[in-house]
This record gives sequence, structure tokens and C-alpha cells, in this order.
Amino acid sequence: MSFDAYVCENGHVTYPGHTLCPDCGEKQTETLDLSDRIGEVVTWTHSTKTPPGVRAPNTLAIVEFDLSAEGLADEYVRAIGQVTTDEVETGDPVEPVYAAELRDPDVGIRVPESQGWDGYRFDPV
Amino acid sequence: MTVAVIGASMTTFGQREEWIRELVAQAGEAALEDAGVEPDDVEHLYVSNMASGEFEGQTGIMNVLAHDLGLMPAYSERVDQTSSSGGAGIYEAWQSVASGASDVTLLVGGEKMTHRSTAESTDIIASITHPDEYKHGLTLPSFAGLTARHYLERFDAPRESLAKVAVKNHGNGVDNPHAQFQTEIDVETALDSPIVADPLRLYDFCPITDGSAGLVFTTEEKAEAITDNYAVVSGVAGATDTHVVHERDDPTVMGGVVESADRAYEMAGLGPEDVDVAELHDMFTILEFLQMEGCGFAEHGEAWKQMEEGRTEKDGELPINTSGGLKSKGHPLGASGVAQGYEIYKQLVGEAGPRQVEADTGLACNVGGFGNCVITTVMEAR
Ligand SMILES: [Zn+2]
Repeated sequence: MSFDAYVCENGHVTYPGHTLCPDCGEKQTETLDLSDRIGEVVTWTHSTKTPPGVRAPNTLAIVEFDLSAEGLADEYVRAIGQVTTDEVETGDPVEPVYAAELRDPDVGIRVPESQGWDGYRFDPV
Repeated sequence: MTVAVIGASMTTFGQREEWIRELVAQAGEAALEDAGVEPDDVEHLYVSNMASGEFEGQTGIMNVLAHDLGLMPAYSERVDQTSSSGGAGIYEAWQSVASGASDVTLLVGGEKMTHRSTAESTDIIASITHPDEYKHGLTLPSFAGLTARHYLERFDAPRESLAKVAVKNHGNGVDNPHAQFQTEIDVETALDSPIVADPLRLYDFCPITDGSAGLVFTTEEKAEAITDNYAVVSGVAGATDTHVVHERDDPTVMGGVVESADRAYEMAGLGPEDVDVAELHDMFTILEFLQMEGCGFAEHGEAWKQMEEGRTEKDGELPINTSGGLKSKGHPLGASGVAQGYEIYKQLVGEAGPRQVEADTGLACNVGGFGNCVITTVMEAR
């Protein structure tokens, strides 16, 4: 398993990927694995009124990964996801950790087979 | 061709016994009556609705309403733009008349939600998210919490300023007989309420609501023949922003608000300084700030200061959400944008009763998703 951001031929980076690059309209041709990188919490929340199959509270964060050393057009890419603990603050360094099932796929409105349910949580370093 | 609004209606918003079919029929019939037009006169019908299939198992709601009001053979279409379906309906209705395709257009927005549990409703609404958001359990309230924290930390805004949005809009709702809540609250109540997505608490969020609203559109030429009291749509525009919320460069800017407001102003030949009254999509208190800034009523990062100054109170320089907003009026998804139009129309024709303010120009900003799609409408009195 990898935590892939997507890169177009002009060096724009997005997570998740898109059919065409939102910045320039070219195809995204490369991936950039974020799973071994340290990111920084931009903002976070404890979501308490969660839908069926989702843990409560569900601590969530937007995390920024610095790409300034990569020589790409974009200097950073952001991702969003669950945090491993309820104790988190803006600016905290976090690392992605794999989780096989982020929510129970069988009790929500979305058809379970229509998408993946594993992914990466953010763990304060 | 200039497009006029000649009638408006809304049902009581709240927990209603009726199902979607009856709600939209009530608002539709009342709008025609208010406009003084017959069912036979209606050439286009638009029904703004996000999810009657998912909520209730009733699809094709536009055909249901066309038959129940006897509008056949009028063209009919359901308009879904999630939370901004109502605003999108205004846009479609405007297009139908402006293009000459329809002389008289009926727009009805409606949603029936309260028979579902809060968790189920939250999930139906969260189903608009990207798979990589949905699998983490992202909900619309959680996006609001993430955005509010960033806004407060970055602009050094006091938490109380958000509570003051709730207090203001609840206060305005007291004078709205159609509102779900008609009770005042104070800042302490808002700040002490349970956490939903911190820093946001229960009173930072609109309720789950059943309800419907309607508007009748025609050409200005026809409007003049029917009534001497009408309003015109002088600007209307829609725009999108990223579907995946965290991909926006600045989490405190809703690009769809900025873009749609700019275009609506340009079409109307007006600017934010010309607006006398506004209805903003306060699904969450923080959204009122983001829209005040996006619509040009405040500088970026400074909308909260106007809460301290009282500028947006009913007796202030720019009253915002005289209806009580989504916050106290309620938010029946597809109905909300139409109900914003109802309030602006009533203000412009001088029929807003105890909520009346002095207004020749009004603006409504209707936000879909978490700013994924936005419609801004500028209306003027005639
Ligand atoms: Zn690109």
C-alpha cells in the first residue's frame, strides 16, 4: 500500500488524483508516495455527530507535506484524514500510518464495492 | 429581456407531517396565488430538490408537482445542485424567461428530511464527498469545524464572534412566522452548547428541516401588466470551486462565492456597496463570514469585526439574514435557496412585516456542498 499524490507533466501535485490536472489540464502521469513523509497539521477538528459506521469522536486533520526539495512546480501538497489520537494541535508534525478499514463500509449510504475503505491515518510524531 | 419576480411563498419550516409531494404542492399553489397567475399560464416548472429519492424513495418530483397543480403540458425539470439547488433553480428560471422559452415560470424548492435520524441525514448529505473524504467519515459539519479553527487562528478572531452570528440570526427568526426556531438565544448558550465539530458547537449549525418555498417569474413587460409591485432579477450567476475541499489554496476563501458574486454584480451593474439587504447561506456560522468576505461586504479575514460593530444587525447598515437565516429558519436543502429569494423579494416589495428594512437592492448567496458550487442573485425593487 502507498499513499499516492499525483503529478502532471508540468509538476503540479494533487491528492487525491484527478483525470486531468486541475491547474493545467494535462494528464497526471506520475505518483509521489507520501507514506514515508512527515507532514504538518494545518487545521483539525473533533467531529462528534458522525454518520453510521464512523467512530465518534472522529478526529480529523488537514495535513501539509512540504515538497520544496522535489523540484516540482508545487511547493506542497495537502491531504485530509483521520488522526490516530484525539490529542492534536495545529502545527504538529504527523506521519501517515496504514489502517485496513477507516469506517464500516456496510452501514453507510455508499455502495461498499464502489470505493476503497483502507487508507492512512495521521499519527503525531 | 428583463426578468421579474411577481409572487413568492414558503411553507412553515420545521418538523412537518407532510411528505415531499404535499410540501412542494403547498408552496407551489401558494406561489401561484400570490402572483395572481393560473396554472394554465405556467410554461416552465423547476423543482429544486437535492435528494427526495435518498430521503424518501420519491423520485421524479417535478412530474409529481406538474400533475398535482395541473400544469400540463408545461416543461418540467428537477434541479439538483445539492444545498444550492434553490439558487440554481432561480438561475434556471431566470434563463427560461430571459431566453424567451417561457413567459411564466414557476420555481418550487423543497426537501423532507426529519423522518431520518441525524446520523442518516448526515450520511445522505456527506455522500456528496469524494471517496477519499467519505472513507474517513468527513461530514459537512466537520469541514466547517476544520475551516472555523483555521479562520479563528489565522485572523485572531474571537470565538464569540461566531456565537454572535447565531445570536443575531436567532433574534431575526423571532419575527419570522415560518421559521423552525422563533426563540432568542444568548452568546453564553451558544458557547456552552455541545461540541459538534470543535471549535463549533450545536448553535453554530443549522437544524435538519422539512419545508418548501416558491417563486413565480415572468417578463418585466408582463409583470407591469399584472402588478405595480414586483422585483427584477438584475444579476444572477453560478460558479464552482474544487470538489475536494482541502485542495483549495486558501481554506478561508470560497472561490465559488467570489466568482459568482463578481459575475452577478457585473451583470447587474452594481457592487457590494449598493446592496441594502442580504441573505447568506449560514448553514454554519463560519459560512456567514466567508460569504461576507467573498461577496465584498468585508475585507478578507475581517468579517468578524462587523459582528462587534453590529453592522449586519437588522437595524444596521447592511442587515444580513433578516429571515433568521438557515440558522433559525431551518435548512430544507432544496428549499433554502428559494426561501432566500422569498425573503429578498418580500423585503423589496415591502411585504416583510416585522422584518421589513429599507431596501431597493438585495442579494442572496446560496452555497452548495462546502462551497463546491454557489449561486449569487441580485434583485432590485421596481
Ligand atoms: Zn498540471
